[in-house]
Amino acid sequence: MKRSKRNLHIIEFFGLLLALLWLSPFYLMIVNAFKTKREIFTDVLGLPNESTMDNFVKAFVDLDFMRSLFNSVIITVLGVGIIIIFSSMAGYALARNKSKLSGIIFLVFVAAMLIPFQSVMIPLVSLFGKADMLNRTGLIFMYLGFGSSLSIFLYHGAMTGISNSMDEAAIIDGANRFQVFWKIIFPLLKPISVTVGILNVIWIWNDYLLPSLILSDSSATIPLKMFLFFGQYTKQWHLALAGLTIAIIPVIIGYFFAQKQIIEGVSEGAVK
Amino acid sequence: MRNRDLSFWLFIMPVILSLSIVIIIPFIYGFIYSFTNWNGLAATEFLGFKNYITLFKDAEFRAAVWFTTKFAVTSVILLNFLGLSLALLVTRNMKTSSFMRTVFFMPNLIGGLILGFIWQFVFISVFGSLGDLLGIEALTGWLSTTATGFWGLVILTSWQMAGYIMIIYIAYLENIPKDLLEAAEIDGASSIQRFWNITFPLVAPAFTVSMFLTLSSSFQIYDQNLSLTDGGPYNSTQMVAMSIVKAAFKENKMAYAQTQAVIFFLIIATVAVTQVYYNKKREVDL
Repeated sequence: MKRSKRNLHIIEFFGLLLALLWLSPFYLMIVNAFKTKREIFTDVLGLPNESTMDNFVKAFVDLDFMRSLFNSVIITVLGVGIIIIFSSMAGYALARNKSKLSGIIFLVFVAAMLIPFQSVMIPLVSLFGKADMLNRTGLIFMYLGFGSSLSIFLYHGAMTGISNSMDEAAIIDGANRFQVFWKIIFPLLKPISVTVGILNVIWIWNDYLLPSLILSDSSATIPLKMFLFFGQYTKQWHLALAGLTIAIIPVIIGYFFAQKQIIEGVSEGAVK
Repeated sequence: MRNRDLSFWLFIMPVILSLSIVIIIPFIYGFIYSFTNWNGLAATEFLGFKNYITLFKDAEFRAAVWFTTKFAVTSVILLNFLGLSLALLVTRNMKTSSFMRTVFFMPNLIGGLILGFIWQFVFISVFGSLGDLLGIEALTGWLSTTATGFWGLVILTSWQMAGYIMIIYIAYLENIPKDLLEAAEIDGASSIQRFWNITFPLVAPAFTVSMFLTLSSSFQIYDQNLSLTDGGPYNSTQMVAMSIVKAAFKENKMAYAQTQAVIFFLIIATVAVTQVYYNKKREVDL
């Protein structure tokens, strides 16, 4: 027993060492964000000599950070919001309808997950261009299309655990389908809504390619602005690193507050 | 809820509409366009398989397919090894387990584009100065050759995704009945025997899931490729996803890019279906 306890301590020590190694890219990013261009060149590993906030101030202004943060938040909230509303409705309807047609529709949604984004990207952009929809509204509508498959799949799975007798009782009491869904079923689906929400937030918040094809500079999200910003600052690592640090601060804050839900949500989504 | 109920259709109409407009219609159009001389606005001529023949003769595209395949195979192996190892590490009864989970998972929350930029700095500046300092020449000039670009991408995506795969394995590891492992221990099975004969077979479904995820995501990688190497040097680290974007939006060869996109779909669909079929079969055997 004693030996296994000592072994556990050795394993824990190596585990922590590995965790530090895992964090090292972030350490290197942060410490160098405080250095001058020259100091990065002469001493890349150490702490900054005379740390200043200059890099951060300049990166913050050049990134137009408050605006891109706002754009990211708006697009993520609206995109995830409509995915949750419409996928849960569809998942409910498809699970409750036992017909052949409903089975086929469900299968089409699942099969659509096999289509990589690049395979539809070019006609999609052309189609939305013709309809004059290459803007934020068009982008949010696209997120519903790309996000609905997995979300419907998850809602559909969760519905099997909710008995039909509830629906029937409510219908006998005179409720219509919308009332049954929103007042009775949707609240019961809350755990899966959290999972769907987290998976889609992670994806939409970080998405780069789709917004880059659609959004103009004034409505650019954080990843998009980051890319444009980097183009100007190749070789100016002190500014670039300050920009990267600013860009990931909102994510780290979010992770800090919702750590448990995020990890549980992701594992729920992966196991289903 | 029956088919002829209006409410059924009202409930599913929004997602059917968006799926059709965003995926199904562009997918069909894209397939048709790949047989024409489409320039993004109009297609004036039906070319038959001409685009496909040009594509198969295109050495750069073939190189992209080969590079992507090599990358996908390497990262699937590494990611599953790392993911399972990390999961076994953090499911032990240690005070710091949840801290480790948090740390290993963190990179997944930050987009591939940003992570690629961070690692570009690590590979170029940090590796470079460490190489100079320690006199190890192999550390300098990272990302400037095809081989270091390849391993750079592998390291970046392993670091990013291992935590995700870890979470999947944890979910399955925690479902293994404790008494099964205890009984084996009492019967005198060593920890290695317990792993190979109990744990490993029981996490086989996790392997199916994580292999599907790692395969399809490594075949589709774009952001990391763009921000880490941008395909360089001389397009030698360019993957298929990037090749399509470049052909379409930089070189304006829409029909040709769409032909690549069709082949891309066929590769991913074949790989994914084969993998799931094969893994499912294996699971039953166990």
